[in-house]
Amino acid sequence: MAKPVGIYVKPGSSKENKTGSWRTERPIFKHDTCTDCRICVMVCPDGAVFGSNYIYDPDYDYCKGCGICAQECPVDDIEMVPEVR
Amino acid sequence: MNNQESNTKPKERKRKEKPPVEESLLAMGHRACTGCGEALGAKLVMDVAGPKTYVATATGCLEVFSTPFPESAWRMPWIHSLFENSAAVAAGIEAGLIAQGRDKDVNVIAQGGDGGTADIGIGCLSGMLERGHNVLYVCYDNEAYMNTGVQRSGLTPFDARTTTSPYGKKSWGNKTEKKNLPGIVAAHNIPYVATASVGYPFDLQRKVKKALSIKGPKFIQIHVPCPLGWVYPAHLTVEIAKLAILTGLIPIYEMEYGELTRSRKIGKNRKPVEEYLKLQGRFKHLFSGKPEAEEELEKIRQIAEKNIKKFGLA
Amino acid sequence: MKKFIEGSMAVAEGVKICRPLVVSAYPITPQTHIVEHLSQMVADGDLDAQFINVESEFGAASVVLGAEASGARSFSATTSQGLLLMGEVLFNIAGMRLPVVITVANRSVSAPINIWNDHSDSMVIRDSGWIMLFAENNQEAHDMQIQAYKIAETPEISLPVMINMDGFILTHAYETVDTIGQEEADKFLPPYKPEIYLDVENPITMGPLEEPQWYMETRYRIQEAQMEAKPIIKRVAQEFKEQIGRYFGGLIDTYRIDGAETLLVAMGSAIGTIKDAIDELRDKGEKVGLLKIRCFRPFPNEEIIEVLKDVKNVAVLEKAVSLGASGIVADEIKGALYHTPYRPEISNFFLGLGGRDISKESIIEIYNETITKRQDNIFVDIHPDIVEQIKIR
Repeated sequence: MAKPVGIYVKPGSSKENKTGSWRTERPIFKHDTCTDCRICVMVCPDGAVFGSNYIYDPDYDYCKGCGICAQECPVDDIEMVPEVR
Repeated sequence: MNNQESNTKPKERKRKEKPPVEESLLAMGHRACTGCGEALGAKLVMDVAGPKTYVATATGCLEVFSTPFPESAWRMPWIHSLFENSAAVAAGIEAGLIAQGRDKDVNVIAQGGDGGTADIGIGCLSGMLERGHNVLYVCYDNEAYMNTGVQRSGLTPFDARTTTSPYGKKSWGNKTEKKNLPGIVAAHNIPYVATASVGYPFDLQRKVKKALSIKGPKFIQIHVPCPLGWVYPAHLTVEIAKLAILTGLIPIYEMEYGELTRSRKIGKNRKPVEEYLKLQGRFKHLFSGKPEAEEELEKIRQIAEKNIKKFGLA
Repeated sequence: MKKFIEGSMAVAEGVKICRPLVVSAYPITPQTHIVEHLSQMVADGDLDAQFINVESEFGAASVVLGAEASGARSFSATTSQGLLLMGEVLFNIAGMRLPVVITVANRSVSAPINIWNDHSDSMVIRDSGWIMLFAENNQEAHDMQIQAYKIAETPEISLPVMINMDGFILTHAYETVDTIGQEEADKFLPPYKPEIYLDVENPITMGPLEEPQWYMETRYRIQEAQMEAKPIIKRVAQEFKEQIGRYFGGLIDTYRIDGAETLLVAMGSAIGTIKDAIDELRDKGEKVGLLKIRCFRPFPNEEIIEVLKDVKNVAVLEKAVSLGASGIVADEIKGALYHTPYRPEISNFFLGLGGRDISKESIIEIYNETITKRQDNIFVDIHPDIVEQIKIR
């Protein structure tokens, strides 16, 4: 039977919407001084930082370029650069 | 930068390799503004709560940015009904699950913004608390009605400029201090009340975990800066959240059965209130240098002083 | 089993056999006895449900919304101000297609505050998407509960049902009611097994934001479901008749309409008095009958046209006024007939507002006026001297 439209939605389907296009600045994870503290992972409002074992990078399909990760990195291992497309 | 989180111990962590970062239960692609404190808060809460959690969400930014049909950012069973009833809807879910014998090893969370919780939704919240439902209520406090365009709420701080508490010849902004919502909630004598902040994400997650381990009604109010409404650059969300605490303007504490059990001391790290206020456009009118502005600043210093004494933050 | 019980108990017994898992309500006169009885049944272990006492009717409606969304059959009851306070949630429940059932002990709306019966409360909620049934007496109110769940939970309908019964006149009246046994009830109403509900094993998002490209289609589906509910409501009444043996009509019912030139139209408990008046008039040779509207939403256009097409006069007797306009039921009947060739004279009367007694004599007078000349917006039994005393401040 056809289900009524509009009352329910599949979980996690927001990934259809690639918010990376919003970026005006791009975080560059330098992987120089990383202490594996994962503060960048914790503070990302979009849950868009991934990786393990001292190597972390944003998912540029979704990273909106807010720069919180760069601001909060205790060892200045993330740099914001202008977005060029 | 200030990242002295008490429970962050880099050396200890280095020894054991952590598993790769997993995708959050609040999926990417949601339409929260760049640098949104509320999105950050919700992500931190959901990732502690886990997939076996039923979530009822009030109308507001969080609901709008996460569920524009046919997309949803939620990976757990999630429902939105109205602005003022997420606590009652969550209570209904909990009762329904109990009646069906499906209430074992699951969490029920109700959530809303400051307006949906402290103002329009306070009746349903009070009812849910008083009846003792096994529900955690999370209030994301960004200190105004952001979804409708930054109007003043009961949790808007003193002298903050919003679109309905503007600065003008006869006004210094919001005339009232923040409603003591955690105090009102604690007066229901529930097992656990906490305030937290996205400025201290590890502390926040510890509190969510603790709350969910307790049976009965629980409440956490999370301070979540809003770049758009507070008027500051998006990268400062966490920084500003920390300054709110370090100035004494936002006390971070825990209460059990109505008694204060623990507070986050600021001690020597205490900062003058100006350091917090001057970063935000909503307080810009306080820095004109006029003597009257100085009087207003003094009133805000007194609010911080009161908090520090009341919650033993020194 | 025949029992001499109060109307509210007839409802509570009718609800109990539906095995609701969650009941939530807030006290308001004259609904209170219904939920008091249910509360006692839960306390005695006769009803295995979660009974949730809430802080307001708004909370009650929200609790049953959440419970129903979790997959639990749920019930609430209210009236008047309480129904209006629920209003926002009621629209939401229908929009989310949750088959909740509530019983409304119809009462007037303040101001002036008045706790007695009329239909002003439900009529305000008529555009919410709820299926709305009106009971004529306590037996029908009892029987309607189980029919309501069966209609609501029919998968292609998935709409909430509001059972309306006149406050005090029915809720507080003692009558002999033949109650349905649990075994019979279980045969009639299967356990509630929704296709879509909140579940950690199969997570879904309910209640998303719908932008302009989606909203209209969703509302269209509600309208479609309302229309599709018409044959379902009739079918459920038939099934009930076949299994239990009682029948109070499907969407409508009629009384002594053979050869009638004038029909009186009404909903709810006034039907009883009207039937008495019709009997008296028929005895005198008057060609008069009754059209009872049992289902107000969906509105039974086709059935009404069929009954009214050959009559000369229609008198619509209503217990609510659309202030600033006219009689709500009367206008909808006029609308139903507009695109047909049938043109009975349609008079409309307001009566029984705020609990004013409806006498057989008044009904007979209404009939006599109707057959003389069309009557528009007549307040029946109004006292000009009291009107005169009510001054604008």
